[in-house]
Amino acid sequence: MSTGVHHGERARISGRTLREDRWWLSPLVTFVVFSAFVVYATWRAFSGEHYYASPYLSPFYSPCMGAQCVEGSADFGRPFSWFPYSPALIILVIPLGFRMTCYYYRKAYYRAFWLSPPACAVAEPHSKYTGERRFPLILQNGHRWALIASALIALVLTYDVILAFRNAEHEWGHMGLGTLVLLVNVVLIWLYTLSCHSCRHLIGGRLRHFSKHPVRYRAWTWVSRLNRDHPKYAWLSLFSVALADLYVYLLSTGAITDVRFF
Amino acid sequence: MAYDLKMRVWRGDSRGGDLTDYTVSVEEGEVVLDAIHRLQATQAGDLAVRWNCKAGKCGSCSAEINGRPRLMCMTRLADFHQAETITVTPMRTFPVIRDLVTDVSFNYEKAEQLPSFAPGPPDADGKRRMMQSDVERGQEFRKCIECFLCQDVCHVVRDHEENKPAFAGPRFFLRYAELDMHPLDTNDRRALAQGAAGLGMCNITKCCTEVCPENIKITDNAIIPMKERVVDRKYDPVVWLGSKIFRRDRREEV
Repeated sequence: MSTGVHHGERARISGRTLREDRWWLSPLVTFVVFSAFVVYATWRAFSGEHYYASPYLSPFYSPCMGAQCVEGSADFGRPFSWFPYSPALIILVIPLGFRMTCYYYRKAYYRAFWLSPPACAVAEPHSKYTGERRFPLILQNGHRWALIASALIALVLTYDVILAFRNAEHEWGHMGLGTLVLLVNVVLIWLYTLSCHSCRHLIGGRLRHFSKHPVRYRAWTWVSRLNRDHPKYAWLSLFSVALADLYVYLLSTGAITDVRFF
Repeated sequence: MAYDLKMRVWRGDSRGGDLTDYTVSVEEGEVVLDAIHRLQATQAGDLAVRWNCKAGKCGSCSAEINGRPRLMCMTRLADFHQAETITVTPMRTFPVIRDLVTDVSFNYEKAEQLPSFAPGPPDADGKRRMMQSDVERGQEFRKCIECFLCQDVCHVVRDHEENKPAFAGPRFFLRYAELDMHPLDTNDRRALAQGAAGLGMCNITKCCTEVCPENIKITDNAIIPMKERVVDRKYDPVVWLGSKIFRRDRREEV
């Protein structure tokens, strides 16, 4: 127990909090869902198989650039052909870095995993706190670089959706449920990416004189509007990317067959 | 319609104290501060409580109600079940003086350390002009009533007394952001915000935003933009290079 709320000069009140509501519920849900995602994503990333079911490529493996990429999945060649492990490991570090440094995810995991604090006005269990001033947490300041890299990945995922308007024989003008799944996923990923706080800053927030930059000011107002729902997009895109991968996995293993619309 | 409200109020001073039980007659439509006033008028004449406007604008009656930092004058009794016991304590981040009154001078000391607005010379006609779009971000921050609930709830100092010298707190990050976004200000306070004010200690867990009675988006609109501005200055070589080559942003660092 920290000495904070029990410090000598403060009102002597026993207990770390007097809150009687279910303050523990939100961090608990975050902990369970994030942990489940990490377990699922780790299994899928390291498995190195069942990530391509023509014409669909799992977002965990896109772009596929390693030596192990199966036929049809390496749309950008195999520049990492020397990499002997699962090709997902090459690329997943980018969205992982983006989400780990994301201002919303930081709030969520600092509360749910670090208990720093577990909830507002609930004393944290740590005796010392230094914030984000030291290694490794000082790396959170690199969020904008992760944003830029992730935007490039989002472009690739958009390209994957275009490729998904083909059939299994790669003939254009077709669409299946998988196309829709990838499309919804990429829309949510773009919403999450563009609503990012660093994006809001870079697009115009860093300006002092909006009146001298009307186009950037307009862009900033749009991103600000999106930014209000950044936590929502963070959650939805987390679910959508896992579901998109799961759909491709189930197709690839033959557990289900794709519903073809046309 | 009147009913009997069960209350637990912290009574004591820096030497010690405890939660004391009371039953107070209250009316529908009243707020916690009304109940405290009735308690003071009828049962506990020596109860110390700081208040002023009773309208959520002076920021005086900050306290913790059922463990949550809130203004007593803006907390409706109707938000609680009539059979529920309402617990009122002083803010737990600041030294207690007596009962519900705390010594909030920490905040005024931090305010003193913040270099004030420094405008450039006025236009030829002696006036200073700003466009509305250039000042509207700061206008949100001007709604702050300095109730210090954000300072109270911030775990950086609430849970770590030792951090107080190195950390200014969300109320002052709001002020740093307001000045840094001001179109006429000539000072660059980013190094100060990161260094003396301890912006890097904030881990953006958003409790300040949750408790703000003025609904100022402290984290999203002030702290995070200020953190990004610090990144511009310290951790982004592209921005740094741009500022050197194009000689932009010629503010004086303080």
